[in-house]
Amino acid sequence: MTTGTKTEMVTAVMAKRRREKLLEGLFLAAAWLALALVIALLVTILTDLIADGWSRLSWKFLTSFPSRRPEEAGIFSAWVGTVYVMALTALIALPVGIGAAIYLEEFASRNWFARLVELNISNLAGVPAIIYGLLGLQVFVRWCRMGESVLAGACTLALMSLPVIIVASREALRAVPNSIREAALALGATKWQTVRDHVLPLALPGILTGTILALSRAIGEAAPLVTIGALTFVAFLPKSPFDPFTVLPIQAYNWVSRPQPEFHQNAAAALLVLLALLSLMNGTATYLRNRYQQRWQI
Amino acid sequence: MREAATRRALRQERVMLVLLTLCALVSVATTLAIVVALTVEAVGFFRVVPIWRFLTEREWTPLFAVKKFGILPLVCGTMLTAGIAMLLAVPLALLIATYLAEYASRQMRQRLKPIVELLAGIPSVLYGYFALLFVTPLLQKFIPSLPTFNALSPGIILGFMVLPTIASLSEDAIYAVPQSIREASLALGATKLQTTLHAVLPAASSGITAACLLGFARAIGETMLVTIAAGMMPNLTLNPLEPVQTMTAYIVQVALGDVPHGSLEYRTIFTVGLTLFVLTLVFNLTGLLLRERLLRTLRQM
Repeated sequence: MTTGTKTEMVTAVMAKRRREKLLEGLFLAAAWLALALVIALLVTILTDLIADGWSRLSWKFLTSFPSRRPEEAGIFSAWVGTVYVMALTALIALPVGIGAAIYLEEFASRNWFARLVELNISNLAGVPAIIYGLLGLQVFVRWCRMGESVLAGACTLALMSLPVIIVASREALRAVPNSIREAALALGATKWQTVRDHVLPLALPGILTGTILALSRAIGEAAPLVTIGALTFVAFLPKSPFDPFTVLPIQAYNWVSRPQPEFHQNAAAALLVLLALLSLMNGTATYLRNRYQQRWQI
Repeated sequence: MREAATRRALRQERVMLVLLTLCALVSVATTLAIVVALTVEAVGFFRVVPIWRFLTEREWTPLFAVKKFGILPLVCGTMLTAGIAMLLAVPLALLIATYLAEYASRQMRQRLKPIVELLAGIPSVLYGYFALLFVTPLLQKFIPSLPTFNALSPGIILGFMVLPTIASLSEDAIYAVPQSIREASLALGATKLQTTLHAVLPAASSGITAACLLGFARAIGETMLVTIAAGMMPNLTLNPLEPVQTMTAYIVQVALGDVPHGSLEYRTIFTVGLTLFVLTLVFNLTGLLLRERLLRTLRQM
């Protein structure tokens, strides 16, 4: 082999290397572009919303009932309804979710029943929100005769958020070290006493974090409540769980679907309040999670 | 005394076990209730409208004087918006997932992941508001003939909505690929990009497929965004520039109106719901089983 062909080979290898470097650069640029697009979208959504709705936000907007005249309309019944439904949803979903998680994590043996329940929960997490609405309409509104009430709405949202709550609670229970269980059992505690007095208190912050996140997801979703027949125009506050109601996302939807731009501004303001509520919930969840992690490092 | 306490504790244990099992059964009962609630009304519907007419007729006008009950326009509207969403979401999500799993430093990952996840936390009514009042007017500057309600604008936003699902599930799958596969490829002289594209991604491919299936199931079930921005007109078309109605938007349209319980119109929403449920079930179950199989194979390696 002559030296000439050797140099040619070296140049060819170098050229190939350069091409590979270029390709890698292109790939990284594309990935960064994708991430930039995501961030740009988030920023645009927020600035657009603030530009449209900020001027409508006032104490009067928060304490007025909806109205035919956009400048007089407010979201009093909507945010009270949202808080009401959310509290009732938590009250129903939390005990059942924790119970199911404790059963699956602490009591169930690895048999076909546990596997069936697990696959079922994963699948339920993927069922569209509106299907839960149809379920609520048929089972709670019609068969249980709850009507289009706060209670029917809360039951529907509770079933919808259960899969997420169960998965998060199981993770929190799993994070509790086994030595704690063994210590309690060795002292003669029953399995339930061990769970109640030792495992559950340690897992509770993690469980609450997951639950708050699941609830914030559920309360932002209008579809199931629209389907069960929650009203779009409510000029009173629900007094008992059996009263009709509306919530923020439904009020915002109602205003968005009207042609007048003044109502669109109202929708933007209502969505800003909803976003503030969701951020507050997410902030609480993050705070709980951080405290919990610190406790484990001791 | 002591014996009584022990007996009490044991009795409590038995009672609690029953209660906890009941809690776990709620999830199974939910699935059964969904199937029963939807099927009861769908059976009533199919007694009046034969199933072959439901599946083959090309018009959907149950709320008009001349009633036609062909589901095809609604399925078509759903597939069109979800299809546009996937065209956008899959490449973006795969780029982001590959970057985060293979290239980004730990710190970078921890910072970027929550930002991408934020997309999943935005309420769908807000996405609808944005699609109708920002994206559509923006698109109309480039396509002047675009109507206010169209499939394109909600399809694009729907893509961003399902992006976090696909990205985070794909990233899990890529992350689960054992280090030995990367090392083998690098030892043979492959560059990092070649290793990623020809060794890591193929090993994770069934997990990525699963992520796409689960993302697609989410896209066809999304409701408020397409209700607000895609319109209320059943339309058998694949043209993204036309208004369409999705299955979910039809259910909302009927639920908002005053349709008497037990009427044929009332039954249509459950029949449409059952169709949607079966579709999402197929995509979800395939996705879940694929994912489980991949994670099991990778664990064995």
